[in-house]
Amino acid sequence: MSEAAAGNFRKERIARGIKARSDDIYALVSYKEMWYLLFPRLVPIVAVAVIALIVPLYWKKVVVTTCIFAMLAVSWDFLSSCGMLCLGQALFFGMGSFAAGGLNHYLHLPLWATIPAGTVLGGLVSTIILLPVIRLRGIYFAMVTLMLPLMLMRLIEATRILGGTEGLTGLSPFPSEWVEVVLVLAAMWCALFGLRRLIASDFGLIFVSIRDNDRATMACGINIYAKKAQALFIGSCIGAFCGAFMTHSYMFTGMPVFALEFSILPIAASAVGGIGTLAGPLMGAMILVPLSEVLREFGSLRIVFYGLILVVCVVALPEGIFHYLSRKYNEMERWVRID
Amino acid sequence: MLIYGLINSAVLALMALGFNLTFGISGVANFSYGAIYVVAGFVAWGLMEKLHAPHLLADAATIGLAAVFGFYLYKLVLKRIRGLVISEVIATFAVSLVMLELLRYIGFIGFRYSLPVFIDGSVEIFDAFVDIQRLLIIGFGIVVLFALYVFTHYTKMGLAFRGIAQEEHTSLSLGINPDRIAAWSMGIGSGLGAFAAVVILPLGTITVDSGYDVLINALSVCIVGGLGSTFGVIVASFIIGYAQTLTATYISSHYTMIVSLVAILFILAVRPSGLLGRQKELEERV
Repeated sequence: MSEAAAGNFRKERIARGIKARSDDIYALVSYKEMWYLLFPRLVPIVAVAVIALIVPLYWKKVVVTTCIFAMLAVSWDFLSSCGMLCLGQALFFGMGSFAAGGLNHYLHLPLWATIPAGTVLGGLVSTIILLPVIRLRGIYFAMVTLMLPLMLMRLIEATRILGGTEGLTGLSPFPSEWVEVVLVLAAMWCALFGLRRLIASDFGLIFVSIRDNDRATMACGINIYAKKAQALFIGSCIGAFCGAFMTHSYMFTGMPVFALEFSILPIAASAVGGIGTLAGPLMGAMILVPLSEVLREFGSLRIVFYGLILVVCVVALPEGIFHYLSRKYNEMERWVRID
Repeated sequence: MLIYGLINSAVLALMALGFNLTFGISGVANFSYGAIYVVAGFVAWGLMEKLHAPHLLADAATIGLAAVFGFYLYKLVLKRIRGLVISEVIATFAVSLVMLELLRYIGFIGFRYSLPVFIDGSVEIFDAFVDIQRLLIIGFGIVVLFALYVFTHYTKMGLAFRGIAQEEHTSLSLGINPDRIAAWSMGIGSGLGAFAAVVILPLGTITVDSGYDVLINALSVCIVGGLGSTFGVIVASFIIGYAQTLTATYISSHYTMIVSLVAILFILAVRPSGLLGRQKELEERV
């Protein structure tokens, strides 16, 4: 630093050689490059799987919750990558939860049917509800999505449909906690890598371009409302899957599924992990949810902690943990002389 | 019922004005608005009950404190992330969460938390008994509107407000500091929120959850009316206010929240820029 202070040197940041070499098909030239690419992907998968399988029963439930929130966060980040700032993940979660719970409670469908059905049905209903507001952008979309779950909670309270204030209880549980953990882990990694692949494809490019400049995208002759609806359906299906899964995990569905927590935590996780990276929000959830489990004895003070973490992260660490780590991994810094 | 609809509309308008002012001027959607409303209620309560401050003094102090809080919220937090919509929303919403959930944690729940009315008693209008407090709300609504109009049209700072709302860069070249004005707008918006709180809260008890309700009400009125348009807010609060009162009278009071939702969805489907939104807003939001 003293050198920099003298004014003769500056810090330069460049990509590592191995990063440049492993960017393309050339990654296949040696095991070193392949390992360089695999390491950051494989290690978390193995680590999470090992942790999930060795911890005691109570913490297995925490692992499930963590993965659910991680998926919600990934779906939030996907939607925000498509230019839709959603403050109501609880809407998707609740829709999936009520769809699965209702099918199980009223039609007595088995678990392997209700979760897929709840996923698609919940995603579909959420998308249809949001169709009139899909034309809105930025903050306006955020306002409506914030209000929707809270109002649906009132609607269920008022009309007493779907169990009203008591909710639906006694839904069929998973055969064993092993099935539950393996299923949720598989779903989470599928969601993450599937969405990453989707965003990188030509189809996903349109989503990103809508976020970056929707007018220009329109001028290219692309129907952005149809594309937004598709993105919304994908995002809300993931959210609805989380809801359907949690419903069977808790054997309960009711008004709490529209709770603010399901909207806030994904956003907090994304803000901590790094918005726009998909893997960052997942990482954020992996940090925040176990942390909140440790803080459980503080009750509603947990949400206060989230809020504080959010404010600090948004203001002081706007790029998020994931960006920071990936920079350290892919790039190196050195001092260069200023001529 | 006509009277109650009018009162309900005035309540909604009071709630929405502060939010609308901040948004219209600085473009910052202050999601901590509901929290400021509730905290203002508790501050006023604390000043009156614990410190035995006189009623009007406590109210004035509350409004002042809220304004200072909003001002510094902008200066310390929002200034750094101005223009990043996602960050603004997350930050203000997080602030609101911190405030409301902290109150809930400390345990400000119960019926004893209520503010005294300004003048006790009721009068009879058209065969309906109405508390004087409720009539005062209408009066205050009109006064605030008038004051806002005078402020934004005839004072230097009010003109600066409208300046940065219209064209930030041009007003910068005319020697207006947008950050300072935006901080002021945030302060005045929060102050208006606190004003609404001390005027409206005597009608019931102060609850933490009403923070979210107030935010929802303010948002729906603003969306229906067209964000940033004061006249639109008035019209929208009349529409939603009467619609809510009618629903509460003829159907069930559980459905009042649904009315706003239906109004929003309907308005957005028909006129995306809100009832009185201008063309510029249409570009911004659609």
